[in-house]
Amino acid sequence: MAELTEIRWHARAGQGAVTASRLVAETAMDDGQYMQAMPEYGAERQGAPLKAYTRISPDPIEIHNNILHPDIVVVLDDTLLEVVNVCEGLKPNGTLIVNTRMTGDEVREATRAAADVKIATVDASDIAINTIGRDIPNTPIAGALAKVTGVIDVESLKKYVERSFTGKFSDKVIAGNLASVDRAYEEVHV
Amino acid sequence: MPDVTVLASSGDQMVAEAFRQANPDVLPVYPITPQTIIVEEFDKFVAQGKVHTEFVPVESEHSAMAAAIGASAAGARTVTATASQGLAYMWEELYVAAGMRLPIVMANANRALSAPINIHGDHSDIMGCRDTGWIMYFAENAQEAYDDTLMAFRVAEHPDVMLPVATTLDGFITSHALERCELLDDETVAAFVGEYKPERSLLDTDNPNSFGMFANLGNFYMETKLAMRKAMEGSLDIIKSVGKEFEAVSGRPFEVVKTYGTEDAERVIVVMGSSIGNVRHVAKQLRAKGEKVGVVGLRVFRPFPSNELVAALKDAKAIAVMDRCETVGGQGGPLWQETAAALQSVGITTPTRDYMYGLGGADVTVQLIEEIFEDLKTLEADKAAGKVADVTYKGNR
Repeated sequence: MAELTEIRWHARAGQGAVTASRLVAETAMDDGQYMQAMPEYGAERQGAPLKAYTRISPDPIEIHNNILHPDIVVVLDDTLLEVVNVCEGLKPNGTLIVNTRMTGDEVREATRAAADVKIATVDASDIAINTIGRDIPNTPIAGALAKVTGVIDVESLKKYVERSFTGKFSDKVIAGNLASVDRAYEEVHV
Repeated sequence: MPDVTVLASSGDQMVAEAFRQANPDVLPVYPITPQTIIVEEFDKFVAQGKVHTEFVPVESEHSAMAAAIGASAAGARTVTATASQGLAYMWEELYVAAGMRLPIVMANANRALSAPINIHGDHSDIMGCRDTGWIMYFAENAQEAYDDTLMAFRVAEHPDVMLPVATTLDGFITSHALERCELLDDETVAAFVGEYKPERSLLDTDNPNSFGMFANLGNFYMETKLAMRKAMEGSLDIIKSVGKEFEAVSGRPFEVVKTYGTEDAERVIVVMGSSIGNVRHVAKQLRAKGEKVGVVGLRVFRPFPSNELVAALKDAKAIAVMDRCETVGGQGGPLWQETAAALQSVGITTPTRDYMYGLGGADVTVQLIEEIFEDLKTLEADKAAGKVADVTYKGNR
C-alpha cells in the first residue's frame, strides 16, 4: 500500500489553520500528489480551539473520516498545549511542530509527548510579525513543516504561495509571506 | 481528448462548476448549510456573466421548488440545490415535480434533520423523499458529485425518462472538504450535456399543453403513477448508457453498483455515499491480511438497482448493510429494507444485519468498520441464537 501521510492542525479560530491545511494540501497536489484538506466544523468563533486536517498520498485517497492517528501534528498556538491533548493518537515516531518560544524540551514536558515523538519548535508568530507585519503564523509554519518532515517541497510551497496570492494581495504582502517561509525553514529547531 | 484542469475543490464547488457548464436557463434557490457554497459560487458565475441563467433568490425552499416547477414546465432547463430542512420543506413540491414529469436537476448536500439541530452529514433528509419519484444519485467524493451532476441532465431530459434527478453529496464530508478534482473543459461538457429541447412546454404556443391536470376518480391517476414507475424502471438502462458515454469522455469508470472484492468475499458490507471509500479503505487492509471481505457501494438509489445488487451479493455468506438514516419504528433503515427485499425476491436467504452509523455526521472510523466486518464472522450463529438486534447502532456513545 502506498504511503498516506496524515496531518492534524491545532489552532484557535482566526489563526489560519484551515488555510494552512489547504496550503500544504494544494502544494502537494501541485507536485502530483492526491490530497484532502478539511476543518473540523463546529466552533466557528474567534479564539476557540479548532482542528483541521490534511491528507497527502501518491494514490487516490478513499477514506474520509477525521484523522485520529496523525503522522504529524502542527500547533499554531502554544496556549493550546495546556487545554488540548495535542499528542492524542499521534503515531509512533510521529512529529510534533509547535509555534512557540519554548524549547523542544519544554514542549515535550508540557505535552507529555512520548520519547519517540520528534519535536520541532519555531517562533512562527515572531517571524510573521517581522516579515508579513501581522501575527499570522500559518504560512511560515508550512515552511517549517517542509523542512522537518519533507512531506512537501519548500520551493513548491513558495511557488504555490506566490501563484495563489498574486492578484489577491500586494507585492509587499507576497514578498513578506515568501520571506516568512524561508525564515521558518532556516530557524526551525528539531 | 478533452482538456482537463486539475484543481483543489470542495464537492459544493464542483457542483457549482457542473451547473455553470450545463448553463441552465433558470436557477431558483434558497441557501442552507451545507449546500451554501453551491449557491455562492453559482451567484458569482451569474455576476461574472459566465452563464445566461435567470438566478431567482426566493424566500424559502418551498418557493424554490415551486419556481423550479413553473420554470421547468415552461420549457426551461432548471436546476436548484438544497439540504436538510430545506429539502423537507420542499417535500410536497417534490411530488409535483415528479408527477408533472419535469426534468429538474437538484443537488442535495445530505444533512441530518432536526431535532436535535445538527448541520452535519447523514442521509435523513434525502431518504425522506425516496418515494417521491425523483431519481437519486449518491456521490462518494467531490469528483463524483461533479460527474453525477453532469450526467443528471442527460438522464432527466431523456424523452423516455422525463423525471427530476437529485444528485447528492454528503454534507461537509464531501460538500466542504477540499480534494483533488478534475474539471473537463467547457466545450466537451457542452457537447456531452447538449441542449434541452422539451417535447412539450407551456410556452410552446403553437402546440398548447396543460400540465398538472386534475385526475380524480375515473380519470388517469393510477395510469399516471404506472407511467412514472415504468419510466423510473426504464431509467436504469439510460443511467448506465449515459454513464458509459461519460466514462468515454472523462476516463472515469461508471457503475450503478460499485464492487470491491466481491468475486470471492464471504463477508460483505453494503453502503452508500462518502462512507463507501472508508469501507473500501478498511477492506483493502483486511484483504491484504488474507481476509475474504468485500464492499458493495450504491451510486444510484432510485431507481433501486436490485439486479446489480443481487449479482454482487449472491455469493456472500454474511451481509452488513450500513444505513445513515433512522427509520424509527421501521424494521431497518432504507438501504437495508431495499437490500433485504432484493435478496428475498430471488430467494437468497443469506443472513443480513442492519447498522445505523454516522447519524448527524458521527465519525465513520476505521475501528467502526473493522467491528462490523468482525461481527459478520459469527452473524449466522448469532442470529440463530437470537443474539442480534434487528438494528444495531455503531459509533454512538
